[in-house]
Amino acid sequence: MDSSAILAEIPRLRRYARAMLGDRAAADDLVQDTLERAWVRLHQWRTGSDMRAWLFGIMHNLRIDQLRRPGLPTQSIDADDFQVPTRATQNDELELREIESALSQLPDEQREVLLLVALEEMSYADIAATLGIPAGTVMSRLSRGRERLRLIMNGEQASARLRIVR
Amino acid sequence: MNPLPITEADLQAYVDAALPDARRSEVEDYLAAQPEEAGRVRAYMNQMQAIRSTFNPILDEPLPANLSALASAPPTAAVDAPRRPFLARWSLQRIAAGLLIALVSGFAGWLAHDRYPPAESLARMSPLPRRAAVAHAVFSPDVRRPVEVGAEQEDQLVAWLSKRLGTPVHPPKLGALGYELVGGRLLPGNVGPVAQFMFQDASGQRLTLYVSTENTTNQDTAFRFAQEGQVNVFYWIDGKFGYALSAGIDKGKLARIATAVYEQIEHK
Repeated sequence: MDSSAILAEIPRLRRYARAMLGDRAAADDLVQDTLERAWVRLHQWRTGSDMRAWLFGIMHNLRIDQLRRPGLPTQSIDADDFQVPTRATQNDELELREIESALSQLPDEQREVLLLVALEEMSYADIAATLGIPAGTVMSRLSRGRERLRLIMNGEQASARLRIVR
Repeated sequence: MNPLPITEADLQAYVDAALPDARRSEVEDYLAAQPEEAGRVRAYMNQMQAIRSTFNPILDEPLPANLSALASAPPTAAVDAPRRPFLARWSLQRIAAGLLIALVSGFAGWLAHDRYPPAESLARMSPLPRRAAVAHAVFSPDVRRPVEVGAEQEDQLVAWLSKRLGTPVHPPKLGALGYELVGGRLLPGNVGPVAQFMFQDASGQRLTLYVSTENTTNQDTAFRFAQEGQVNVFYWIDGKFGYALSAGIDKGKLARIATAVYEQIEHK
């Protein structure tokens, strides 16, 4: 595993972690932990196998460890949080916010599969291998996640619009 | 021959463009006849698009330095191979320690304000001995968890602190003076991590060596002495390094130990 190969994967790890956690600082912490663990476990990586899948697998396991650990939930505050709610003409931004908020309402295991499909464009078989679950489970989480997201977004639209008026 | 019935898995794979051509056109025929299903599939496709356009810009963000640095092997990766499950747990503790130090230094400052004429005490104490004294006061009385990594894992401790400080750091050996290494920890300094090593003699008396790599004034100093409450501090600056040795023992004894520490560091 050489540096350029790892370096090439970092932006994708960050993108996925941000989408998964919804918080920049927490996401970058998770990426850092993932890279540190990857270097320590380098001997477990088989040359020629898919490094991206390997790294995502490490990140997935770290995330599970974190969830099992009790701790204070923290949230970083960045400039975005202070943006004044936008008017309805700016629909694009509104929709993007909606998808973020809707995603955060999905159960972890559904969001995870959905994001690996959407962002990483992994095959169902690769996702199953990365997460260590059967292929059928990937399909059922994907299908339930998508349907749930659709329902949330349908219901969300009304409340989001109401918020703008405030 | 009739096509196989369209399943939910087919629809999902259709959204992800993962169907062979023949099957895809069968699904399209099915959707043409089922407007409600077609609407659902369209919603799924829009979700995928919205997720991509929300998060793809992250790919173009410049990498934070701590992450791009990890594109190459940390100097320690090979040394402390598989056992480091404690690593991830530390961030909360670090934050807690940082908060604690902030609180205690605020409180110590307030105390000092009462006790000394402010100009004298606060101006004389540079931030280095002050922070070292506070860190000593916070951690050295701790009976159960005085350090984050104990001396029995000294290799890991050295590797870890060296990595986090970005430069090799080693605890001095003070056995000849009756002090054995207890362990060490990472602390927040002014702008980044600093290290604290703790030693203890047979009677349980503890001293701490505070190592900072944050000095930017580029002015070496000889030994200086400072006192914060019960804690005596000898400190000196050597290039980017700032060292501060703190203990609740008398000045003469502490000076002898400080000299030994200084000599060991100089002759590394």
